[in-house]
Amino acid sequence: MANPSTSDTYTIDVPKGLVLDRTASLELYYFMALNRKLEERLSSLYRQNKVVGGLYSSLGQEACSVGSAYALERGDFFAPMIRNLGGLLVRGVDPVLVIGQYCAREIGPTRGKDLNVHFGWIDRGIVSPISMLASLVPVFSGIALEMKMHNKKNVAMTYVGDGATSTTDFHEGMNFAAVQKVPMIVIVENNGYAYSTPVDRQFNVKDFVVRAKGYGCYGEMVDGNNVLAVLDVIRRARARCVAGDGPVLIEAKTFRRKGHAEHDDAGYVPAALRAEWEKKDPLDAYRRFLSAHRVIASDQELAEIDAKIVEILDAAVDTALASPFPDPSTLMENVYG
Amino acid sequence: MAVTTYIDAIREGIWEEMEKDERVFILGEDVGIYGGAFKVTKGMLDHFGPMRVIDTPIAESAIVGAAIGAALVGMRPVAEMQFIDFISCAFDQIVNFAAKCRYRWGAGVPIVVRGPCGGGVHGGPFHSQNPEAYFFNVPGLKIVCPSTAYDAKGLIKAAIRDPDPVLYFEHKYLYRRIKEDLPAEDFVVPIGKAALRREGDDLSIITYGAMVYKALEAAEELAKSGIEVDVLDLRTILPLDEEAILTTAKKTSKVIVLHEATKTGGPGGEVVARIAEKAFEYLDGPIVRIAPPDTPVPYSPPLEDAFLPQTHDIVAAARKLAAY
Amino acid sequence: MAEQPMMSAGRKRLANVPDTEAKLKMLHYMKLVREIEDRIERKLYRQGRIVGGVYVGRGQEAISVGTAIHMQKDDVVAPSHRDMGVFLMRGITPQRIIAQYMGRRTGLTRGRDGNMHMGDMDYNVIAFVSHLGDNVPVAAGAALVFKQRGEKRVALCYNGEGATSRGDWHEGINFASIHRLPVVYFVNNNAYAYSTPLSVQMAIEDVAIRAEGYGIPGEVVDGNDVLAVYDAAKRAIDLARSGGGPSLVEFKTFRMTGHSAHDDAGYVPPELFEEWKKKDPILRLEETLISESVLTSAKRDQMQKECEKIIDDAVDWAEQQPFPAPEEVTRDVYYEG
Repeated sequence: MANPSTSDTYTIDVPKGLVLDRTASLELYYFMALNRKLEERLSSLYRQNKVVGGLYSSLGQEACSVGSAYALERGDFFAPMIRNLGGLLVRGVDPVLVIGQYCAREIGPTRGKDLNVHFGWIDRGIVSPISMLASLVPVFSGIALEMKMHNKKNVAMTYVGDGATSTTDFHEGMNFAAVQKVPMIVIVENNGYAYSTPVDRQFNVKDFVVRAKGYGCYGEMVDGNNVLAVLDVIRRARARCVAGDGPVLIEAKTFRRKGHAEHDDAGYVPAALRAEWEKKDPLDAYRRFLSAHRVIASDQELAEIDAKIVEILDAAVDTALASPFPDPSTLMENVYG
Repeated sequence: MAVTTYIDAIREGIWEEMEKDERVFILGEDVGIYGGAFKVTKGMLDHFGPMRVIDTPIAESAIVGAAIGAALVGMRPVAEMQFIDFISCAFDQIVNFAAKCRYRWGAGVPIVVRGPCGGGVHGGPFHSQNPEAYFFNVPGLKIVCPSTAYDAKGLIKAAIRDPDPVLYFEHKYLYRRIKEDLPAEDFVVPIGKAALRREGDDLSIITYGAMVYKALEAAEELAKSGIEVDVLDLRTILPLDEEAILTTAKKTSKVIVLHEATKTGGPGGEVVARIAEKAFEYLDGPIVRIAPPDTPVPYSPPLEDAFLPQTHDIVAAARKLAAY
Repeated sequence: MAEQPMMSAGRKRLANVPDTEAKLKMLHYMKLVREIEDRIERKLYRQGRIVGGVYVGRGQEAISVGTAIHMQKDDVVAPSHRDMGVFLMRGITPQRIIAQYMGRRTGLTRGRDGNMHMGDMDYNVIAFVSHLGDNVPVAAGAALVFKQRGEKRVALCYNGEGATSRGDWHEGINFASIHRLPVVYFVNNNAYAYSTPLSVQMAIEDVAIRAEGYGIPGEVVDGNDVLAVYDAAKRAIDLARSGGGPSLVEFKTFRMTGHSAHDDAGYVPPELFEEWKKKDPILRLEETLISESVLTSAKRDQMQKECEKIIDDAVDWAEQQPFPAPEEVTRDVYYEG
């Protein structure tokens, strides 16, 4: 179970040795704020019956998605899970495409063939997940295998939740990646719950990262609500992979602040636990950090970023909702090549 | 031209594709140092090296999953299932990942998943299965079942070159029993095209895999009593060569559908349905299916012999249908 | 032999030491396993008197015998293909085992399946399937029932190290560990999975390292020392039976044959066979018992002759057994009352 903080104010510790310029510091804020606000819009659209299908939120987990994706470089491969929308935004996905996708419109990247984050482009190094959790782990071991075969100085990075670690594919994929020593990073986002199942019913150890030893690969734990810590741990993981050390397993401790999906009120989560993690909100904490370090950003600048985000999202919603639903004639397209 | 066994034809096909296309590589259990449980990949590790012939742990989901990942980034992996019976361990990756990527997000997955299928070798329930029916109902996949050495080579090349996931089921009983002269030059057998193995006007037997030989034996027997049989070898199960199926049905008006997968839910039902839908007026008798009974593949010889369709079963059914 | 007896300096003290009767019982069964498997693999198979394939556990006899000796009548056991000792110690006769290998009606599966794919719930032996690792969740399921009903029964599950790469192994052990089920997972690490050495299967040296990741005890044991096997198995079984949950016991040994009878194991460096021959578990126990004056060479030879006679009789019986009738092929697919 995720531990509640006992201190009054959760503060961002800067990892030793982390180098980050002003622009990057602000970009991290931008993407987390965009992640947060985009999901608020999606939530609102869901209530208006504009979002088609289920809606899954990453409230409280934005630092994990943004910090990790920000550490990747050109040529790296990335696949989100359902709560890594922030990572897709960092990788350059336009919010208009996201909203179009969630609303099942023609403008969505899959043109209505699949929902939410199930999209990608090979030429942009983004792979679409499927709903079968952890299936990406063996797939990414294969992508990383190709990088090794062709001596590419790149990594293949994907995510699983604490729940997905119980699956066949997680185990087989990690073991294969480790024995083949391929440059794959798997981030286990331990957010306390898999739907209604708390982590102590999912695995029998307190810190999942101990499993890395069982695969014979490097593992490290990180505070998933500290965007700088996440950025730092992935940069270092990336360096290891590129040096040929084999895959890396990261456990990010965080918390799922909403239900499993929009329809789930998560009554099974103790209110006190949720309240404790609200105090560790990653976006608030980072804003406080930036405010305290005015040399990086003034409150005025942050407010301007917030306002810009609102503008971007207003435009994105308008454009996306103006896009038609896909024509039935497209039903049979692309079953085969 | 060189006389080549069915198994050597598969090996040659893979070997030649690996020579000409450096994207092609193999992964599976015991495929490297051992050359494969049946020696399909014999010699390949020494020639192509360990980065292109990869020995894996016992992990079919990882084998197929890794193949999918590698294919997404431009490689052409050939994943071996030591016995095709173990393909069930990779079911999820095949059905939910490989089959659906292109449709959902436009990414092709050009993998081949191949392995030895079929019985008649005292292999018991887990070394004798014919799993085509599990995947038949999954759009996005292709399934091929070669019966001759020529087709084995031509279809493995076609499968490797295909932009979509192809399940290649090679029948283990045929490995060293079937051989023929193969051309030296490069050739491909198109996926989705059946082949007429014998011609006759009286009755059709539509079949594939090792059953082709039983059908031909039966046809030989029937010819002695003046019953001439069209034997259509489907070669590809998915997509079916509907044109060839309807052509033979319309020609003879009496059809037997024969396969080694068990009867209920086997691919034969689909063949029958299409003929009934599109060639009904041409039929002069009920369409007959010959397939093993609905049981796991048994091990002891009298049970396995009772399980597998035998030539005399086919002859008897054909005589009865011819007289209808 | 001039070598030191097994109880030499450097060997840790065992918490559980079998009494003389138990030692002789284990010797008898190890010799019986060796004899039945040698007869099947080295003679009958080569003479064409066996139907189908043959898989033996030569050199690994201490594992099945040293563990199975602790089985209580209503414990449930899920063996793998190199655990002949389990069947014999459960009271399944050599006659029926050889009839099984010969595909006869009176073999354990009535000719339906071959070689070690046999079981009988009247003896609480679950028949294994070729899909290695599948028995792991199954054993957990049996143990779940024992726990729910408050029964002092345990489930014992056996696999090779190769099977531990499979997802089912992981899912089953994870499940058992969360629920603290009364099941013991034995791993026969005989260094090869068909032609694949350990180093190509996993990036760790000891499968037991994985135990920590499941929050359960893990132990590495000399699998060729039946007294060490006896001790470790007893501790693990007692732990499970007393409500202490599952454990992972890894036996280090060596596969003294090919993967199956048709495999000449040419890929194994011959020096490895030479090295492990010296550690033969049967010879080691005999030496110990002789040094303890519990066994004489005459008695040892007599025991050998007894085993040969048992198997001679079993073969004679089996070869007279009828094959199943063709009509039986469709029986027992479903319940027939």
